[in-house]
Amino acid sequence: MDFSFTEEQNKFRQEVRNFLEEEIKKGYWEPACDAWVQGFDPEFTKRVAQRGWIGLTWPKEYGGEERSHVDRLILTEEMLRYGAPAACHWFGDRQVGGAILSFGSEELKKEFLPRIVKGGAYFGLGMSEPGAGSDLASLQTKAVEDGDYYVISGQKTWASCASFAQYFDVYVRTDPEAPRHRGISEFIVDAQAPGLSRIPMTDITSTEAWNDIFFDNVRVHKRYLVGEKNRGFYQVLHQLDYERSGMERLMGNYPLFDAIIQFAKENKLSQEPIIRSKLAQLQIEFEVGRLLIYRVALVMGEGRAPNWESAMSKAYSTEFEKHLAGVAMEILGPYGQLMSGSKLAPLRGMASHSYLGSKGYSLQAGTTEILKNILAVRGLGLPSS
Amino acid sequence: MKLTLTEEQEMLKKTARGFLADKCSKKFIKQMEESETGYSRELWQEMAELGWMGLAFPEKYGGGDMSFLDLAVLLEEMGRACLPGPFFSTVVLGGLTILDLGSEEQKQEYLPKLIRGEKVFTLALTEPGYNTYDASSTTVEATPGGGSYTIKGTKLFVSDAHIADYLLCIARTKPKNEITMFLADAKNPRINCTILKTIAGDKLCEVVFDQLSVPGVSILGQLDRGWSAVQMIIQRAAVGKCCEMVGNIQRVLEMTVDYAKERKQFDRSIGSFQVIQHYCADMATDVDSARFSTYQAAWMLSEGLPCTKEVAIAKAWIGEASQRVFALAHQIHGAIGVTIEHDLHYYTRRAKAAEIAFGDASFYREVVAREMGL
Repeated sequence: MDFSFTEEQNKFRQEVRNFLEEEIKKGYWEPACDAWVQGFDPEFTKRVAQRGWIGLTWPKEYGGEERSHVDRLILTEEMLRYGAPAACHWFGDRQVGGAILSFGSEELKKEFLPRIVKGGAYFGLGMSEPGAGSDLASLQTKAVEDGDYYVISGQKTWASCASFAQYFDVYVRTDPEAPRHRGISEFIVDAQAPGLSRIPMTDITSTEAWNDIFFDNVRVHKRYLVGEKNRGFYQVLHQLDYERSGMERLMGNYPLFDAIIQFAKENKLSQEPIIRSKLAQLQIEFEVGRLLIYRVALVMGEGRAPNWESAMSKAYSTEFEKHLAGVAMEILGPYGQLMSGSKLAPLRGMASHSYLGSKGYSLQAGTTEILKNILAVRGLGLPSS
Repeated sequence: MKLTLTEEQEMLKKTARGFLADKCSKKFIKQMEESETGYSRELWQEMAELGWMGLAFPEKYGGGDMSFLDLAVLLEEMGRACLPGPFFSTVVLGGLTILDLGSEEQKQEYLPKLIRGEKVFTLALTEPGYNTYDASSTTVEATPGGGSYTIKGTKLFVSDAHIADYLLCIARTKPKNEITMFLADAKNPRINCTILKTIAGDKLCEVVFDQLSVPGVSILGQLDRGWSAVQMIIQRAAVGKCCEMVGNIQRVLEMTVDYAKERKQFDRSIGSFQVIQHYCADMATDVDSARFSTYQAAWMLSEGLPCTKEVAIAKAWIGEASQRVFALAHQIHGAIGVTIEHDLHYYTRRAKAAEIAFGDASFYREVVAREMGL
């Protein structure tokens, strides 16, 4: 066992910190909660790309750096610590690129991976549907083969980053006769394709968090089929393992953590035993969650897709984020309810935003209930219910 | 970063698990709980022959030259087996302290005997009403006179004192009122020992020092400057207890999952019900997180890195995690789990004792708060 980072890793972390601090100093952006998924800043993404920090673990032939998953975790951990606006590239970098790398044709890899790496291709996800949430295999959006094309029709929902996405990674039914898990395929669809339309959805914090995506006979060339036809369900499970794997599940609202500790210190609240105890408990929960997530990166480093391990870390971590928001609200008392932009709003309104926003953390990318099913059945070997 | 054991540690784990499965049955544990001494001299000797007492000591004293992290692996297995006896007192509280603080002469005198399994050691630290592990609460006094010291006062919750050959005693030394550690002959008639009846069935004692005279050479470490060493002992003991608890709750998770698979109600195994599955998932999360935070602290301690915060996190976390694990383990086991027919109670009782020992979650939350600069 070794819980230390290498000298190179420590240097890398410092390099990322210096870069982000410099960005903040120049006034390019302000640290914000949820910035990994709601902070759209194409220029920031370009600057990150220039450093070679997108597709960090990917093979060099596609523009990657072939660095370890722990290195990537260090990078994303720091991005989250500083609340950096990384939403433009987050999905491509975290999971769609990896899916193309794992299952896509050589042609697809060459077309997309170098562009993601350069910060020039933004992705959104087309997984959930109005009638298919946790039960993803029941999805109804279909694709019908027509010569060299597939014609897609149906509706996707809860698509994060959708307004900015240039492409969607979409799962559709390609064989309605097959058992439901065996008739789904994965496509990369151009967001500008004729017949595709988006309608924004506003979340509980009044932020545009998702889009509904409508497919009205959208024609997609066969070469944008990712992996094997009708194997899409197995591919999406693999991709979800990665989607759940990261530090954004623990540190989505990290700027609030720093801010509330600072606030408690400055206002002498931290001398009150109950508040000390609550903040210390948060720190303990945070550090414990961090270890669960580093474990996931080490599993990926062994070349395994993290499965029940990322289910565990995600289910655990989103509880921490909710707990953090709750404690922050409590410490702020009546001021906690003030929203960003209001007179007297403390901590730039982060507490109220996070209190509301964190309700969705344990729903997206697999509800906590689904994650516990995975952990129980795949991790502990309990019989399927 | 690496979260797996070395090949050597895996071997140690496997050997220890096999040996303890063979020698430390629940029937044996029950006998030990009911016996006066609380341990088997014969098993103790076998453990010494396996090199367990000496594992983390240098070769020159007869030790195995392995690290605290290796010892952590062994402690985990002992926790898993609910091993009764004075191993923790002798090695973690006694031996490693002597190794840290003792003069070369003291080490030469005591460590080989300890490593060969000939002598039992323990630490007399806590006192009545004393639960904050704070120097200012120490009331046992040592008064100098004629080249020796006279120790007077009462220590409480001293593990295995009734069978110990040597006691490491923390006392307030006159005239400065500072803290000093003494190594005393535990068999001296001026030491009165009463075994307390505890939740874990282990042997915690009240130890009364009735004007015990000890020579000046029995001071361990520095006169009047013993408290920082005591803090080190508490830190190491807390991590050691975490290791035992990891072994304990890992085993309880396995027992519970097995039971959930086997036990049938409504014509299906209860482990197929989602509510039971989620309980098990919660238990597994607590066990894994406790394991990583414990081993992080053990690794740092082993590497000699400053780790006040990490130790506090590990002990605070496992204290509460284990409570949750046992609440669910008992719920899933149903009524059989609250009988003495079933093995679960051995784990439940020991986990509670370990949670209390060397600082509980509240105690360590305050340590974390200080480390955060609150």
